Amino acid sequence: MGFIGDTVESIRSIPIRQVLTQAVSLGMIVTSALIIWKGLMCVTGSESPVVVVLSGSMEPGFKRGDILFLSMSKDPIRAGEIVVFNVDGRDIPIVHRVIKVHERNDTKEVDVLTKGDNNYGDDRLLYAHGQLWLHRHHIMGRAIGFLPYVGWVTIIMTEKPIIKYLLIGALGLLVITSKE
Amino acid sequence: MHSAGLRFNTLITLAIILLGALCAFASVCDHFHRPNVQAHAQVLQINRFRKQLNRDDEVTLTMNISMDLQSTFTWNTKQVFVFLAAEYETPKNSFNQISLWDHIILSKEQAKIEMQIVNKYPFVDQGSNLRGKKVKLVLHWHVMPKTCGMIQDSLFLSDFDLPQAYI
Repeated sequence: MGFIGDTVESIRSIPIRQVLTQAVSLGMIVTSALIIWKGLMCVTGSESPVVVVLSGSMEPGFKRGDILFLSMSKDPIRAGEIVVFNVDGRDIPIVHRVIKVHERNDTKEVDVLTKGDNNYGDDRLLYAHGQLWLHRHHIMGRAIGFLPYVGWVTIIMTEKPIIKYLLIGALGLLVITSKE
Repeated sequence: MHSAGLRFNTLITLAIILLGALCAFASVCDHFHRPNVQAHAQVLQINRFRKQLNRDDEVTLTMNISMDLQSTFTWNTKQVFVFLAAEYETPKNSFNQISLWDHIILSKEQAKIEMQIVNKYPFVDQGSNLRGKKVKLVLHWHVMPKTCGMIQDSLFLSDFDLPQAYI
């Protein structure tokens, strides 16, 4: 009886209001993060407004670990712009620069060819087999600004999941144990 | 009330807010900067002009280019990406833009360029519309800052006419 009884007693002694307040404050943190993300999606018009650069193919402009802000406006895509695109059969989006644009007369549909600044040749080898051009629906957004180094946090977390769980655990403990 | 955790939290929050504000300030400064770019491009020779096996027109040309992009550099500039584009219209496409040559300028000292170039990327049309076509040469540059917003601008350089027949 002794140990279990003590534990039950100690759980009972936690005031119900305090537990509720903590639950609400945890909910506030989660929802405000969601609001910021969805708000950015609304403002920029891109389905993922912030991406992390994972490769060195755009060096020296963008290095691994830089964060890019994307926007997807109605403006036509033009050469020189840095776009983030998905290729069929690849999970990870690619950030490269447009070097060739052909825009249709009637439909305004665009054919786009891209190249990484640090790569020797264009991206036709990266596209799906037999694909010569990117179209509007492949493109997730164009880069409008960037912050250096910040993305390292996500890179480290995806490559070393233990650190992620430690961090989440520590934050959770902090929220639960905080008195206000 | 003034625990170490609280002080640390305040310090980190303040640092992040200040860094953010500095970043935004640098970006605002960049937008008030009005560069004065001088550039010229001249087509010296059409080396090759033919129809590829898939019926698309292909051109190889030699050009003389000179530009002074020193004024685009500010204290927040990491690099300037500059490229020369051929722009033209065809019956099928209302806008065609092909990068012929590009270059990454890393410092103000290297921003004065004068050279003779052969197009670095293939000048290939979608179809065979290039005979006798008037093509615009436009210089575009993208200023990449150390942080925050990127700036782009362009300057029309010259027109040239492609020959009426394949070479």
